[in-house]
Amino acid sequence: MRLLLQMLFVALLTFAGVAHAQAIEPMPFKDHAQELRFQHLTHQLRCPMCQNETLADSNAPIARDLRNQIFQMMQQGRSDEEIKQYLVARYSRFVLYDPPLTPGTWLLWFGPLLILLGGAGVVLVAIRKRSRTGSTATEAPTDNGDDW
Amino acid sequence: MTPELGQLALILAMLLALAQSVLPLVGAWRGNRALMAVARPAAAGQAVFVAMAFGILAWAFLRFDFSVQYVADNSNLALPWYYRIAAVWGAHEGSLLLWILILNVWTVALAAFSQKLPEVFASRVIAVMGLIAVGFLAFIIFTSNPFGRLLPMPGDGADLNPVLQDPGMTFHPPMLYMGYVGFSVAFAFSIAALLGGELEQAWVRWARPWTNVAWAFLTCGIVAGSWWAYAELGWGGWWFWDPVENASFMPWLVGVALIHAQAVTEKRGSLRAWTILLSIFAFSLSLLGTFLVRSGVLTSVHAFASDPRRGVFILAFLTIVVGGSLLLYALRAPKVLGGKPFKVVSRETALLISNLMFAVAAAMVLLGTLFPLIGDALNLGRISVGPPYFGFLFPLLMLPVVLLLPFGPFLRWGKGDTPVLKQLLLRAGIAAAACAIVAAFFVDGQPKAIAGVAALVWLTVGVLLYALKRWREMPRGRRYPAEMAGMLLAHLGVGVFVAGVLLSESLSVTRDVRMAPGETQHIGNYDFRFDGVHHTTGPNWTADQGVVTVTRNGSETTVMHPQKRTYPRGQVQTESAVDAGVTRDLYVALGEPMDANDIEGAWALRLYYKPFIRWIWAGGLLMMLGGLVCATDKRFRIKRSARAEAGAEVADDLQIQETRA
Amino acid sequence: MSRLLPFIGFMLLVGLFGFGIWWNTQHDPNAIPSPLLDKPAPAFNLPQLYEPTQMVSKADLLGKPYLLNVFASWCIECGVEHPVLTAEGPTLGVQLVGYNYKDAPDDAKGWLAKHGNPYDLLIADEPGHTAIDFGVYGAPESFLIDAKGVIRYKHIGPLTPDVVAKELKPAIAAMLKEAP
Repeated sequence: MRLLLQMLFVALLTFAGVAHAQAIEPMPFKDHAQELRFQHLTHQLRCPMCQNETLADSNAPIARDLRNQIFQMMQQGRSDEEIKQYLVARYSRFVLYDPPLTPGTWLLWFGPLLILLGGAGVVLVAIRKRSRTGSTATEAPTDNGDDW
Repeated sequence: MTPELGQLALILAMLLALAQSVLPLVGAWRGNRALMAVARPAAAGQAVFVAMAFGILAWAFLRFDFSVQYVADNSNLALPWYYRIAAVWGAHEGSLLLWILILNVWTVALAAFSQKLPEVFASRVIAVMGLIAVGFLAFIIFTSNPFGRLLPMPGDGADLNPVLQDPGMTFHPPMLYMGYVGFSVAFAFSIAALLGGELEQAWVRWARPWTNVAWAFLTCGIVAGSWWAYAELGWGGWWFWDPVENASFMPWLVGVALIHAQAVTEKRGSLRAWTILLSIFAFSLSLLGTFLVRSGVLTSVHAFASDPRRGVFILAFLTIVVGGSLLLYALRAPKVLGGKPFKVVSRETALLISNLMFAVAAAMVLLGTLFPLIGDALNLGRISVGPPYFGFLFPLLMLPVVLLLPFGPFLRWGKGDTPVLKQLLLRAGIAAAACAIVAAFFVDGQPKAIAGVAALVWLTVGVLLYALKRWREMPRGRRYPAEMAGMLLAHLGVGVFVAGVLLSESLSVTRDVRMAPGETQHIGNYDFRFDGVHHTTGPNWTADQGVVTVTRNGSETTVMHPQKRTYPRGQVQTESAVDAGVTRDLYVALGEPMDANDIEGAWALRLYYKPFIRWIWAGGLLMMLGGLVCATDKRFRIKRSARAEAGAEVADDLQIQETRA
Repeated sequence: MSRLLPFIGFMLLVGLFGFGIWWNTQHDPNAIPSPLLDKPAPAFNLPQLYEPTQMVSKADLLGKPYLLNVFASWCIECGVEHPVLTAEGPTLGVQLVGYNYKDAPDDAKGWLAKHGNPYDLLIADEPGHTAIDFGVYGAPESFLIDAKGVIRYKHIGPLTPDVVAKELKPAIAAMLKEAP
């Protein structure tokens, strides 16, 4: 098993090594706007094979193939949505770095808001409690660095 | 023979750590001076043995001792000596050894500089540090021994991952660990306070400089990592919200909240329980980071090789340390609201709001990082959470902080002075708006860039106006106490950072181009002329090196040399050429020859123009500087009287405990 | 009571992490679940490896179930899987179709000559476009496709005797039970 893991590791390493630097790939874009669109889109998509890299930056052969495929589809006039659907249909939602809003991801997208509201409630209560007690006159500075 | 000595040293260190933790805690509980006095010598002893173990491993690397498995896995005969030293912490086992070494650095510093603290308190603090050391040493000894042998000894080793063979990579882990581990000091202070029931403000004042310095180191480590990723990885980015990056960012965010909460507690006596809780969170997140990176629970480019056994061990350790401290918190944290009251418009409120935003931001990063795991648990399929999520929510949460920031120093404790605030709003607001309008012409109306300029001016004017106010109102020598100077520097750093991020993100230009020798590309005011590729060599690599001459309006700016290096094991590494500048970076990465057999022909190149990207790290360094300067404030040095006062309290405590027992 | 909230929250996290460690021992963390399970396999039309003028399409293979095994000569893991395929292939009860992925035909033929050819049919996808339709992102990968052309099971990574016994054979049995 250990030998297998080592082999796999070496394989990935040499494989990655051989395939390196293919992330740089000039493509015949129609214009700068299309190039920007391509860059933006491929930065939002995840390479299925790599350990957490975008399609734009990955050196894996599958990433290169998918970039070419996306380029072809853009030339054919497909929209960003259609391209994403195409990839999701084949590789699952894994390839989307921007998780779509579905009931499964409500926790993800609304969770921070809920935490914020909860926390804001606590802060409000704390401020209310504090502002009610004690005098409101500013006190004489102490040596606690209160002169500012 | 020697590597086994290293193993022995670790075992001895663990035994001493056990002594360092158990005996003083018992002593503090029982009022036994002799047991309490064990803390410092035990800590010193542990440090000696850990240093010895670390030295033995480094020596094994320097001597090419490939009979040690770890050395054989992470170096080879061609690796230069400086990277062999860096290789000590290049993989899992060695990085843990670095961790425990740095824990000892902090413990020894604590032991040395806490002489004036009350004995009961100090011995508890050192004991807690010892408990943490026991856990890590046990982890190393039982699951991650760097001294294991590889027999028969190979003639040559594998190699240090070429991506790690870079000065940034040498620097980044030690700085990061200084930060992560440094939060253990604030943690230890809080636990000691909870244990002793001494919930007066004094201990917070002692904890503040340690926390500031730890946070400063963490800032430095994160900046180093970001800068390294940019310079080394060839993708022109500086932050990816990768789980391992997030693992360092969460303690940083909580650290910011902690620094500010400590200020409130120290000066006004309020938020005591919250400050304690934050100390526990900050260190817990550091430990959590250690867990995430090594357990295989999350997929990351950075992660060390995973092993379920190690994962279980760290998880158990995490449960004991964090679960135990949170339980202690539930039982012993102050329940009564202490400290001076404050009105709605006051510095306390502003700091509470900023604390809220940083805490929510940390929670958001945690949620996003763990969500793929939650998705697996709830059977939602493999969900990916990346920059589109974090990069959207984080700026949103930080917006209130940026808006509030200039008001902070101007707000008084207890009750703010509204006319002063209105004046600030007017002056800084108008300055920001004016500069934004002017900037709009230079940046083609890009909204992010305009926002970046506005934020920079808003924050900088806020800082300058306050500095000016102090200049006018206070006599020389009392204008800028170190604590305040640090604050101003750090807040300035925030402005520089925000400007760097927004400007570089909106104004960067990236192009993949095919260039034959002699061809020129025009990007962002600069002309890049490709002058061909030739072979070159280095200490342990050979490379194809390109020459790119950059001119602007006809005059030569620089000549850049991007490389594609090949290392002994066949790994290929792109070394991008970066021309750094205050207002812009130029960046060239070499791709592949368009015709694989002809390196003298055309090549694929990636050209970047990145305005103001250095401001991102400059801002971070300013923040780091601010933290360090703040820690030097005279007020934080403990006067002799503190011990005497506290000594009297301790005597009373001990009497009470004895009558109880 | 509210003071216990952080502790409770943390213990929930510990539970999540414990689950994560356990889950990793059961699953390959790098394997992406296929969205094509129980859906029709994509249409394809690929040349045979040894007879490049002869094309094989999905329609040609309807009527009998088969195991589509994606492999390549450059893929080291395929070498690990190969003996398993050779040994267990005949016992599976379905056709074994080799799908040569992004490979120069000569390299593939050389590799098969060296290691042996367990396949009933060999098709080649040198450019790799069709493989994208299957959701392939590396080699080896194996698809179990039934008589109607629906993908019933996918395995990412090499087939080991363990996987064959515990997952592949039951999947084949379940498939054959429905439509003999």
